[in-house]
Amino acid sequence: MSTIAAISTGQAAGGIGIVRISGENAVSVADRIFESVSGIKLEKLKGYRAAFGKVKDDGKYLDEAVALVFRAPKSYTGEDVVELSCHGGLLVTKQVLRAALKNGAVPAEPGEFTKRAFLNGKMDLTEAESVMNIICAKSEQAKSAALTALEGTLYKRISEISGSLKGIAAQMAAWVDYPDDEIEDLSDERLLSSLENSLDGLRRLISDFDTGRIITEGVETAIIGRPNVGKSTLMNMLTGYEKSIVTSVAGTTRDIVEESVTLGNTVLHLADTAGLRETEDTVEKIGVDRTRKKSERASLILAVFDASEELNDEDEKIFDLCHDKLSVAVINKTDLEQRIDTKIIDKNFKNVVYISAKEQNGLEMLEKTVEKLLGTEGFDTSAPMLMNERQLICCSAAADSVEEAITALKSGMTRDAVNVSIDSAVESLDTLTGERATESVVNEIFSRFCVGK
Amino acid sequence: MEYFAKEYDVAVIGAGHAGIEAALAAARLGVSTVIFAINLDSIGNMPCNPSIGGTSKGHLVREIDALGGEMGKAADKTQIQTRMLNMGKGPAVHSLRAQIDRREYSKYMKHVLELQGGLDVKQAEIVDLTQTEDGKWRLKTMLEAVYTAKCVIIATGTFLGGRIYIGDISFESGPDGMFPAAKLSEALRKLGIPLRRFKTGTPSRVNRRSVDFSVLEKQEDGETDTSFSFETEGRNENKSYCYVAYTNDETKKVILENLDRSPLYSGKIEGIGPRYCPSFEDKIVRFPDKLRHQFFIEPCGLDTEELYLQGMSSSLPEDVQLKFLRTIKGLENVEVMRTAYAIEYDCVDPLALRQTLEFLDLKGLYGAGQFNGSSGYEEAAAQGLIAGINAALKVKGEDEFILDRSTSYIGTLIDDLVTKGCMDPYRMMTSRSEYRLLLRQDNADIRLTDYGYRIGLISEERYRKFNKKKELIAEEIRRAQQTTVHISEELQKLLEEKGTAPLEKGVRLIELIKRPQLSYADLTPFDPERPDLPAEIFEQVETELKYEGYIKRQQAQIKEMKRLEVKKLPEGIDYNKIEGLRLEAREKLGKIRPDNVGQASRISGVSPSDISVLLIYLSKRERAGDKNA
Repeated sequence: MSTIAAISTGQAAGGIGIVRISGENAVSVADRIFESVSGIKLEKLKGYRAAFGKVKDDGKYLDEAVALVFRAPKSYTGEDVVELSCHGGLLVTKQVLRAALKNGAVPAEPGEFTKRAFLNGKMDLTEAESVMNIICAKSEQAKSAALTALEGTLYKRISEISGSLKGIAAQMAAWVDYPDDEIEDLSDERLLSSLENSLDGLRRLISDFDTGRIITEGVETAIIGRPNVGKSTLMNMLTGYEKSIVTSVAGTTRDIVEESVTLGNTVLHLADTAGLRETEDTVEKIGVDRTRKKSERASLILAVFDASEELNDEDEKIFDLCHDKLSVAVINKTDLEQRIDTKIIDKNFKNVVYISAKEQNGLEMLEKTVEKLLGTEGFDTSAPMLMNERQLICCSAAADSVEEAITALKSGMTRDAVNVSIDSAVESLDTLTGERATESVVNEIFSRFCVGK
Repeated sequence: MEYFAKEYDVAVIGAGHAGIEAALAAARLGVSTVIFAINLDSIGNMPCNPSIGGTSKGHLVREIDALGGEMGKAADKTQIQTRMLNMGKGPAVHSLRAQIDRREYSKYMKHVLELQGGLDVKQAEIVDLTQTEDGKWRLKTMLEAVYTAKCVIIATGTFLGGRIYIGDISFESGPDGMFPAAKLSEALRKLGIPLRRFKTGTPSRVNRRSVDFSVLEKQEDGETDTSFSFETEGRNENKSYCYVAYTNDETKKVILENLDRSPLYSGKIEGIGPRYCPSFEDKIVRFPDKLRHQFFIEPCGLDTEELYLQGMSSSLPEDVQLKFLRTIKGLENVEVMRTAYAIEYDCVDPLALRQTLEFLDLKGLYGAGQFNGSSGYEEAAAQGLIAGINAALKVKGEDEFILDRSTSYIGTLIDDLVTKGCMDPYRMMTSRSEYRLLLRQDNADIRLTDYGYRIGLISEERYRKFNKKKELIAEEIRRAQQTTVHISEELQKLLEEKGTAPLEKGVRLIELIKRPQLSYADLTPFDPERPDLPAEIFEQVETELKYEGYIKRQQAQIKEMKRLEVKKLPEGIDYNKIEGLRLEAREKLGKIRPDNVGQASRISGVSPSDISVLLIYLSKRERAGDKNA
C-alpha cells in the first residue's frame, strides 16, 4: 500500500497542527523533510521515539517540529507512522503537508488512516465508526457521546436487547426441536410483553438518534431580519461568546454557513443574511432571494427584531418565513426605548428572547431557549446513542422485524413465522455490532470516514 | 500373504446409514462400486433409537428422498408407528417421525445393496489405506486382500477405534457387540488426517414382559398420511405404540450415590459427548432441581419383545443401571436384555473437508456420517448421499455437486460442518436453518427433485409425476385467485367462530385462504367448484399462500446471501500473503479454505473487516487480471 499523508488535527486554526504520514515509506519520507537538532536520522529511531528539529522544503525552513516515530504494527494504522507536530498555525501545517507530498507521500483519502487501522485489524467496526464520529464531532458533548459508543455503552445496550431476543428465539427453538421433552411453551402474553420491551428499547435508541445527531453534526441556522435590526451584531455576539471553538468554515457545499458557534451544548452553523426588504435594486434583490432560500434550508431560524421600532410589512414576511419552522424571535436593542408591539410577536412565535447586543446580555436566555427547542436540553450524553445512519438503519430494521413478530403473533400466525421475524431482528442487531458483514455495510462505512484520522 | 483382489471406481468403508447412501448413489450413477462392512448383519443397523425422522431429521429424510436416496423408502417400508411432530406450531417445523422395526430395516437395506447392479457387498475389515503414486487409493483388508479405487468414502461411524465404557469396565468394541475397526485409525493418521475422539451412548433394552404397562401412559396420537418418500402411496397404519414413564426421587438418589462409578465423572472417558443427548446421570447432575425426568419406552420391532428406553442412556455399571431402572414406576421388576453403554470413537475434524465432503488435502478421499463429527442416522445418510454423488461425478469427470444453505437442510448441515466445525457431535435442528420457512418437509420435492433428476438419481417416470404435481399446484393457486366466495350467513358464522373479521362483500377465495385462522378444510362448504386433488396439493397451496410474505422475504435474503456466495475464492490462495487480514482470520481461512466469500463470512473468527479485505483482494486480483487480458 502507498504511503499517505494528511493533516490530522482538523482544518481549524489552533495551537499545534499535526501532519501524519503512514505507510511503508513513512519514515524515509519524513527524513527527507525533517532535520533533527541532534543530527540523528528518524530511520535510526525505534518505535515510540521522538526527535526535535526543523521541517524544510527544498532547503527552505518552514517550522520547528517534533517528529514522533511509530513502528508497525504498533501504531494507529498498524503501519510505520511519523507524526510531525508543528506549531505555526494552519498555513504552516499545510506547507509541511505539501512538503511531505512532494517527497513521496500521496494525500490520504477521507478516513483513510482509520480505514487502514480497520483493515490492519487495529480496531473493530464499532470502534472505527466511533473514531470517525469523534473526528467529526464539533462540540464537547458530541465528543463525549462518541466516546461513550467507543467504550461500548451502545454495544452493551444493543447486546442487552439482542440478548433478550436471542433468549426468546432459543426458547422457541427448544420448544420446536424437542417436542417430546418438557419444554415450557412461552405464553402469547409473555412473548408479547418481552417483544414489546425490546421494541421500546429499540425505539428509544432511534428517537435519541435525531437529538444525538443535532449534537454531533450541529444545526443549520439562519439569522434573518430587516436591515439594521442587529443581525450582524447578534452574530458577532454569538461568535464572541466562546471564541476558542469558533471556526471559520470556508467552502462550497455549505456556502450558507459562515460561522460555526457553540451555544450551550449545541453547535450552530450560522448564516448571516442580507436584510429582508422589497427592493428594486438588482444586486440587493439577488441578496434578498438568497436570504429566502437560506432560511428555507435552515433547520433553525433566529429572527431578529428591533425593540425600538414598530413592526412593519417587511416583518410580516419574516413571520411567513418562520412559519412551520423551528424559530426564535430575538428582540434586540432592549436597552433603548421600546416601540415594538410584543403582542404581535407573541402571536407569531412560540419562543421569544430579549437581548441587548450592545450590553451583551440575554445570551443565556437564548441558549436555554435554543436547547429546549432542539431537544438537546438535558440530553444525557452518557446514554447509549446510535452514531450514524448505518447504525440507525440496522436498529430500525430490527425494530421493524420485532414489530412484524408482534403483528404476526397478534394476527394468529403460527409460531414458526413469529420465530423467523425474531431471527431477522437478531441478525440486524448483529450487523450493527459488526458481527456479520455484507459488502454494502463495509462500503458504506468507508465512504463516511472523514479526513485526518 | 497380500493378494490383489479387484479394482473399483468407488470404495465405501462402512455400511451404516452413510455408507449405504454413498454406495447406492455411486453405483446408480454408473461407476463400479464396492461397500465393505465388518459384519454384513450390521448393514443399516440402528444401534441406538429404533426410529427415523423427528424434528429437522424428518426434513433431512424427505430431502434425501427428493434427491433419489434410499432412506425414506426403507423407513416407509419398515415403520410400525408414525407421528407428525409439532402440529400447530407451523408448517415450517412439522416433522415426520417413525418407529422402525430395526431388524426389518436392516434386512431391507442389505437386500437393496445386494440387488444393486454395479455394487459389490463385502464383509471385510479395512486395516490399511494408502494413496498410490498415480493418485489411486489402495485398501487392504484384514485377510490381506488388496483393492484399489479412484475414490474412497470413509463412513466408519462408531466402529473406528471404538471403545465401550460401562462403569469401570471398558473394552475395544464396535456398536452393538460388533468388532471395532481397530487398525484403520493408524493408517488415517499416517495420511495426516486430524482425528479426534467423540463419545456417544445408548440406553438399555428391556424385555416387554417385565414391564407393567398398566401404570404407564400410552402415546395415543399419531398416524399420518404423510410418508417419508414422495413415492410411497397409501395411508400409514400404527402397529405398535410408545409409552411415557417418569423417573423419581429414588432414581435420582441411586444415581447420585453411584456417580463415582461413572466413567464420565471419574475421568476415564476423554471423548466429547453430545450436548443435546446427555446420559441420564448427566441430566441429574446438570439439572439438580428437576424433580422427575420424562422418558419414552419404544418398541424395537414387531417380532421382538425388546424395548428401547429413550432418554435413559447411561455408562454407569450394570448393577447400578438395574438398580435405578427398578426405582421407576412400571419398571419395578424390569429385566434388562442389553446393558446401556457409552462408546468412544475416532472421527475427523470436519474443517478438513470441502463442501463436497472430499478432503481438502487428499484428492479422491471423502468422509461421511459420524466420522465427520455428526450424530444421527439421518445426518449420516444425507452426507453419505452427497459424498457418494460427488465421488461418482469425480470418477466421471463431471462438475461437482454442492447444495448451498438456501436449498436444504442437507446444505445447511454440510456447510455448518465444514465451515464452522463442531466441538461435539453435530445434530441437525430446525433452528440451524435461517431459511426454514422455505425449507419445509412438505416441499422437499419441489426444492430438490430437479437436482436429483439432473444428477441422474430420479427416474423419468418420477420426474414426470413431479412436474404434474407442480402444474396442479399452480393451477389450484390460479383457481383460488379467480374464484369468488359470496357472503352467506353460514360463512359469516364460520368467520366469527374462527375469530376473524366477517366479510363486507364477496371476496376471492385466495383472500380467505390467506387468513391464518382459516384452513382449506374449513372453506369446503363455500367452495363448491373445488377440484378433487390429492391432499398434498391443497397443503402446498395453503402454505404457499398463507406464508407468502415471509417466503418472499426469505427469498430476498437468499438473493442477498448469494451475492457473496458467487464470489469464489480461487484454490491455492496464500492467506498469509494477503495484507490486512488479521492473524486469526489468516489461520482460519488457511485451514478451512472456503469455497467463496459467503462461506468465509460464516467462519467464526473471520470479522467483517477481514471480509472487506478479501473483497478488496479479489477486486484487485480481478483488475490485475483485466489488465493482463
